[in-house]
Amino acid sequence: MKLDNEDLFEQEVEELIQEIHTHYGYDFSGYARASVYRRIKRFLNNQHLSTIGELREAVFNDSFYFESFLQEITVNVTEMFRDPSFFLSLRTNVLPILSTYPFIKIWDAGCSTGEELFSLAILLKEEGLLERTKIYATDINQKVLKQAKEGIFSASNIAAYTAGYYASGGKQEFSSYYLSNYGSLKFDSSLIKNVVFYPHNLATDSSFNEFHLVVCRNVLIYFNRQLQERVFTLFDESLVNLGYLALGKKETLAMSEINKNYNFVDKGNRIYRKTG
Amino acid sequence: MGTASHLIVIGGSWGGIQASLSILSALPSDYSIPIVLVLHRLRNTDGDLNSIFEKKLLLKAQEVEEKDNITKGYVFLAPSNYHVLIEKDYSFSLDVSELENYSRPSIDVTFTSAADVYGKNLIGILLSGASKDGSSGLKYIFEKGGTSVVQDPREAEVSTMPQSAIDIIPECTVLNLEGIKEFLFFLHDHRTA
Repeated sequence: MKLDNEDLFEQEVEELIQEIHTHYGYDFSGYARASVYRRIKRFLNNQHLSTIGELREAVFNDSFYFESFLQEITVNVTEMFRDPSFFLSLRTNVLPILSTYPFIKIWDAGCSTGEELFSLAILLKEEGLLERTKIYATDINQKVLKQAKEGIFSASNIAAYTAGYYASGGKQEFSSYYLSNYGSLKFDSSLIKNVVFYPHNLATDSSFNEFHLVVCRNVLIYFNRQLQERVFTLFDESLVNLGYLALGKKETLAMSEINKNYNFVDKGNRIYRKTG
Repeated sequence: MGTASHLIVIGGSWGGIQASLSILSALPSDYSIPIVLVLHRLRNTDGDLNSIFEKKLLLKAQEVEEKDNITKGYVFLAPSNYHVLIEKDYSFSLDVSELENYSRPSIDVTFTSAADVYGKNLIGILLSGASKDGSSGLKYIFEKGGTSVVQDPREAEVSTMPQSAIDIIPECTVLNLEGIKEFLFFLHDHRTA
């Protein structure tokens, strides 16, 4: 695809974002633009569309087509045990404290296709906490929530996942958690029997419960400062006092209003604790 | 908001660390143009690439954090397992989407995104590497009116990456490391950022 005028493209994208909000209720106005532009160009390319006009027609004539567009714009790429040092830190610094509660509630915000969710569940099981933990797994995208519930992941990443599991302090044989079949891994569904899957849009929906731990890694990178601030406030409202907040390795509370109420538990792995 | 004006983006893979160290360690601490460096590296490792650069450079070396402003005096390193994008307000965005050319960070992703923001004020430099990542991004920089520089494949530790760029951008400037340093000093002296 060749665009003669980048400015024109960007202007058309802004109009499209507004129309999507009106028509479908999804608000992308607070999304960081560099990624949105890149995802849209990518989608145009893959769909062999040459203009935003063609895209508009397709997106508004067919809600299924819009679904696949939504999938592309909201990046759903994820992996098990991404940053093993984070999971190790969670295991050693956070779970021992959470284990003092009779009942634990965790929010996995932006859980995508579930790789992180199953990684968390495996950790909780090995620390003896899974039975008394309820995890709320949310995403803007209902399609990926369904996938997450299936717990079937491609076997092509198995080497990296296995290495990540052991580097995260894994105590069992990693292979005891899944059945391998025709290039895919089906994870033990008992891992998610206490998981609630919930469509939730961080850009527009409000707080729905109180949690001891909120995990939201590499989701905020797609939002602008204003939307980030909204989400931080949402997390703050959703955390009990002394609750934990885990962000992606390159995300920070530093610029946020709520920062003053949070201390680092592990700076390198961006694990915060609410203090007041 | 980061610095407007110019930006230098450098990409490398196999042999790229040594090549970029050789170039960047020659630059003064007040170098007038911000620099972004995308090197292929192992995923899910807390590489100490940043500390290597911190030790060897007069410029400050920093791994990109999301929303960091693009500022002169810095070499911004693409973090392991993230793509680096550039926003219109001259700040960084990070992205964990699909690998491009088997790589995350991908050089193509950063080069393309930077070209959309900096246009003719972008200088792209592609160094040694055993990958084809970077060449289409460097071509895009050229098409947007920016400057495309390629390390001389005869000098590069692995010639695949520079050679594949030369193959698709015949108009690019081919320089050895000494030549690239000289060119960067010329930019420092002739442009006020």
